[in-house]
Amino acid sequence: MNTVLALAGVVFKELYRRKDFYVLLVLTAVVTLLAGSVNLFNEGGVVRYLKDICLLLIWASGLVIAITTTARQIPAERENRTIFPLLAKPVTRADVIVGKFFGCWLACGAALLVFYLFFGAVSAAREHHWPVLAYFQACWLQWVMLGIVVAMVLFGSLVFAAPSSNSTIIFVVVIGILLLGRHLNQVALQQPEPLRTIVYTLYFLIPHLEWYDVRDLIAFDQGLVPWIDCALATLYAAVYCALLLFATWLVFRRKPLNT
Amino acid sequence: MSRWSRILILVALIAASFSLATLLQPRVAGWNKRGQDESVLKLLLGDTRRVLANHLFIEADIYLHSGYYPSIFDRGSAPVDTKHMAGQEGEGHDHEAEHEKEMAFLKPPRDWIEAFGRHFFVTRHTHLEGGREREILPWLKAAAELDPQHIETYTVAAYWLRSRLGKIKEAEEFLREGLRQNPDSYEILFALGQLEFENHHDAARARNLWELALRRWREQESGRKEPNTPVLEQITVRLARLEEEQGNLAKAIEYLEEAKRVSPFAQSLQNQIDELKKKSAAPAKPGSAQ
Repeated sequence: MNTVLALAGVVFKELYRRKDFYVLLVLTAVVTLLAGSVNLFNEGGVVRYLKDICLLLIWASGLVIAITTTARQIPAERENRTIFPLLAKPVTRADVIVGKFFGCWLACGAALLVFYLFFGAVSAAREHHWPVLAYFQACWLQWVMLGIVVAMVLFGSLVFAAPSSNSTIIFVVVIGILLLGRHLNQVALQQPEPLRTIVYTLYFLIPHLEWYDVRDLIAFDQGLVPWIDCALATLYAAVYCALLLFATWLVFRRKPLNT
Repeated sequence: MSRWSRILILVALIAASFSLATLLQPRVAGWNKRGQDESVLKLLLGDTRRVLANHLFIEADIYLHSGYYPSIFDRGSAPVDTKHMAGQEGEGHDHEAEHEKEMAFLKPPRDWIEAFGRHFFVTRHTHLEGGREREILPWLKAAAELDPQHIETYTVAAYWLRSRLGKIKEAEEFLREGLRQNPDSYEILFALGQLEFENHHDAARARNLWELALRRWREQESGRKEPNTPVLEQITVRLARLEEEQGNLAKAIEYLEEAKRVSPFAQSLQNQIDELKKKSAAPAKPGSAQ
């Protein structure tokens, strides 16, 4: 456990040494504040569009941080040959994978916390109320979702040749799931056999990342998601993370470390 | 390099950028006047801006329904009906029930994933009310910026501004901006007439605007295979009401006859015509408006 924590700590420190997070935070802040400064028919108190834009930027930034941070972890270790001293006893390959996963996931969590604090401040300044629990739920669900993404990217970093191809493919897959995941069953029912069965199977196999996107509930003040559903969604994500990390370990344990 | 020479280079560079700016500025300003007053946005985005503007207009409708809205998968190839946004309910028409039916797009869940997923998005059909309708305005303003020729954007924004938010001045300014961009638009002229009649209580200006709208409609639509008859019905019915209020019953009957020709509720209009005919046939009471 200590080994895993030490590895996670290194990855976590990498986030605040790199500029990605700061650039994305400043960009989110600038775009949100610019959008907020527009005069809309002299009508004060228009806030939902601002929340919508800010949450969209937070989602985009969260994905960029998760994917780009994770994609370079194992390839960079192999390229710099630091993987050899890292894998010297008592660190196992499983430790490396779990350590990298927790490091990237915690880094995403820390980044999300800062983003959501900014979001909370902007929305409180315009709306004059702060639904803390709803924001906590949104942040938690997004963080849980990023856990699946981080696990997917770790797996991809062993399967695909380069971090760039891995990042691009995962971006396409994640955005595809977010946009189409909910409707794949409808699409399947409109297809002839055997395509129908294939698409329906795919629908059951993919991790339903779109569940974790509660931006509309926040923007339109629709109240909280039942806590039991939040817990079940967390469990669902944990199962997918475990599955993906296990698959990563299966690939990694037989992978030659020379580049 | 000495300190002075560095400062001199810096000053020279600033002077060069200033000179270039003065040279280029008139050209940049010219971009806005190229063709028919095309904006830089139009030059950069081309026809994509129309698609974007349409998307933003739909976004306003999504906001009006607090996020409860059919996706392309829910509604199939049927286009989204955005008429309710402009309060364009036909007379005697059960629009509310039809709208409820249209928005009941969520069928019973087909599997546990769909059933569970419904806890994480908006599944209740509600409309913004109590002044919260203002939330749709940013999208309408952005849609108008991107596609100034999309007339519905102006009429819808003006409807909400004047009828729900009490922003008469802003509604008028936005409609006039729309009219500047679309000088022949009978829809905008009609909306301006409504504003004059209902908010400024200026019957004379309302009549002028509606008559102009009717003229524009005839110029543009009468030769068409499928003319925009709902707007013609609205213009003529409004003109008929105005003339009736002013005591010009013959003129009111004339307009109602025209409305009857295109209205799906011809019988209701015929009853109104009969009533007006009776009224005009009756001897005028002493001291009445006639």
